[in-house]
Amino acid sequence: MPDALKVRVLVRPKAGILDPQGEAVRSALPALGFEGVQTVHVGRLIEMEVESADEVDAMCQRLLSNPTIEEYEWEIVQ
Amino acid sequence: MRIGVTIFPGSNCDRDALYGVERMGAEAVELWHADAELKGVDAVVVPGGFSYGDYLRPGAIARFAKVMGPLEEFANSGGPVLGVCNGFQVLTEAHLLPGALLRNTHMRFVCDRVRVRVEATDTPWTAGCDPGEELTLPVAHNEGNYFADPETLARLEDEERVVLRYLENPNGSANDIAGVCNEGHNVVGVMPHPERVSDPALGSDEGLRILRSVLVGAGV
Repeated sequence: MPDALKVRVLVRPKAGILDPQGEAVRSALPALGFEGVQTVHVGRLIEMEVESADEVDAMCQRLLSNPTIEEYEWEIVQ
Repeated sequence: MRIGVTIFPGSNCDRDALYGVERMGAEAVELWHADAELKGVDAVVVPGGFSYGDYLRPGAIARFAKVMGPLEEFANSGGPVLGVCNGFQVLTEAHLLPGALLRNTHMRFVCDRVRVRVEATDTPWTAGCDPGEELTLPVAHNEGNYFADPETLARLEDEERVVLRYLENPNGSANDIAGVCNEGHNVVGVMPHPERVSDPALGSDEGLRILRSVLVGAGV
């Protein structure tokens, strides 16, 4: 039985869509003394172990991301 | 008339929805998320709450519940469906309604009573309302900020598919949209809660203006 593949999926808000969470984080950082942060976007990390990577795109499109408002990327992690 | 109310793990406005259905004179039917059929109901309400804990995204997991298969067939053949709050989120995730509900712009859970205007009255859920009628309805949500791309927003406006519009926008929704309908005008999603104001004992029964519409709208 081959080892399961480790897949890392990143889901992020689509460019140009208002990201209130990112904005909240961006405006909180100066209050803690961190300067120079121009933009922040908050997304989601999903890590999976799968037998085959063939259907990862379909998983991302149907469940893991909402294509109306999010983009995704994934990679096999060693 | 029999109106079904779907119940997912984490739904918490189902009992208010069942009560609201009874208050407007119909028979309330519980539709459990694992049910394989809609029990012959004439209309369906998908109520508010935190189905599946809002895990991943609000409504993202509920849309794949077993009852959603029959519900989608029902909607696609013209059956009246009303999604309230989390229900609206479920219907957008299921692509029965366009757009998506984002986090409120001000990053706070909003719990308030807001004034809305009824616009499209050619849906089963607003057929009993006057065009332009103003209602005060409760809202209680963290992700009620309606979003759709510019082309979709323009189409919703041109096709007069905005069903409710905020007079006081509580969450940053595009075009102050509080509720929309699908192309067939039979599926409606609203963020405010008409079922929470279905009895004078609750402070108001203005919500019945919407709920009772389906008696008119379904020709019963």
